[in-house]
Amino acid sequence: MSVLELRNIVKAFGSNVVLRGVDLAVDEHRVVALIGGSGSGKSTLLRCASLLETVDDGQVLLDGEDVTDPRVDADRVRRRMGVVFQAYNLFPHLSVLDNVTLAPTAVHGRPRAEAVEEARGLLARIGLADKAAEYPDRLSGGQQQRVAIVRALAVRPRVLLLDEVTSALDPELVGEVLALVREVAGQGMTIVMATHEMGFARQVADTVAFLDGGVLLESGPPAQVLGEPEHPRTRQFLARVIDAGRL
Amino acid sequence: MALRRRRRARPVLSTVLPGGALPPPSALELERRAWRTRRARRSTLVALASTLLFAVVAYLAVTRSPGWPRVQATFFSPSAALDALPEIAEGLLVNLQVLVVGGLLVLLVGLGTAALRTLRGPAWAPLRILATVYVDLFRGIPLIIVLYLVGFGFPALGLQGVPTSPFVLGTAAIVLVYSAYVAEVFRAGIESVHPSQRAAARSLGLTHRQTMRIVVLPQALRTVTPALLNDFVALQKDVGLISVLGAIDAVRSAQIQVGQTFNFTPYVVAGLLFVLLAVPSARLADAVTARARRRQQSGSLL
Repeated sequence: MSVLELRNIVKAFGSNVVLRGVDLAVDEHRVVALIGGSGSGKSTLLRCASLLETVDDGQVLLDGEDVTDPRVDADRVRRRMGVVFQAYNLFPHLSVLDNVTLAPTAVHGRPRAEAVEEARGLLARIGLADKAAEYPDRLSGGQQQRVAIVRALAVRPRVLLLDEVTSALDPELVGEVLALVREVAGQGMTIVMATHEMGFARQVADTVAFLDGGVLLESGPPAQVLGEPEHPRTRQFLARVIDAGRL
Repeated sequence: MALRRRRRARPVLSTVLPGGALPPPSALELERRAWRTRRARRSTLVALASTLLFAVVAYLAVTRSPGWPRVQATFFSPSAALDALPEIAEGLLVNLQVLVVGGLLVLLVGLGTAALRTLRGPAWAPLRILATVYVDLFRGIPLIIVLYLVGFGFPALGLQGVPTSPFVLGTAAIVLVYSAYVAEVFRAGIESVHPSQRAAARSLGLTHRQTMRIVVLPQALRTVTPALLNDFVALQKDVGLISVLGAIDAVRSAQIQVGQTFNFTPYVVAGLLFVLLAVPSARLADAVTARARRRQQSGSLL
């Protein structure tokens, strides 16, 4: 059984139909990379999967449970997923440590001492132990994004959803964030990531899925989708990415 | 962080010396600094001279006017001021009490009203509508009319347990009006917190209430503190209006003395006392606003 399964997801904002029936299944310990141009629906798909948007049709299944059922408490479902945003979205009024311990204590009711200990461990692992008392605006973009990833991991999610986590970063800071994602993936975390980093997708993802105009045009192993794409739209997209020097 | 280690060292572009020490300033820079110092000194002198000139002209214009001796005796009589001061100061204590009690109640009622207005979901519709109507109503009515309606209307009902003290009724009227303003300030603050903050909080599994309490409100409060202090300065002088209900506050005390002596100096004394009260708050508001601006400029996108 897949950890996360999306069935026929449809989402429109007013008359703008962003997703036109997307199916995607993510098995445990797998990494799925969503690729596609701007406006192709990658972010919207992740927001629907994390229940930050209400789908207009279709189902999101988490461990086989239909969590788009309105009778399901969405707050309880979100506890089982971790989301990392393009703009980090750390809480600027809380210290780095409090950002990481907020959900474990306030949502999962774990003792503060225990949550602090674990958060310090996580921060040490990403080399930011000495920044625990700092506020987010004192950190570089790369450091903030790594804290955001750790914040999402602190709730021990079933699946981690990464929404273009390196798109807002200076090129020289992208590496440190991708290294952390690679490490997290290596530890067996189930990950769905929207990304423009084709090289990274090729190395880390088990499956690459190409979204175009709200439709999932093709998906498969990276070597296949990125190397020998079947669909002309995929080829066109990749050709443009190569022209831009991003592959 | 293997990727990071593989990266080439960045070329050194700046002229900052190793260890972070700045190189000694060049002759060009020294000359520029000297010029800036000279210019700043000259600006200060010009400002001083023009202020003095203006003060002298204003002073002469007023004191040489034909009616000045009468105005001085009626409005600026030192002896009348000294006579009036003790009772006006005593009355000011009443104003201060209204200010403290009213100020705290305004914060509570305003925040509560703002929270009601941000509630979503059909079950909350009656409360949301009630809060909206309340804010619209009391932002529209002049404070003095509310004072009359509450101050004279409630006691006229003759109900058991309705307070008749002008102090209590006056405070109630002021709280009603100011809470409506403050509710709007709070609501603007709540809405100024970027939606991405809410999304981040919800994605961690926080409930709507937790998101509000832990993530949105603390940031909103920081944004609206300058505006709240500004409203507090306005409240400081409007507490003088409870005198219309007969409470013996600073304004009423002054009025009584004016009635006895036909000298208007007590009004000037009362006015000066209110100004003395307002100046520290106004300076505090300025300082907080400046600090908030600095924070925003140094901070990140969020």
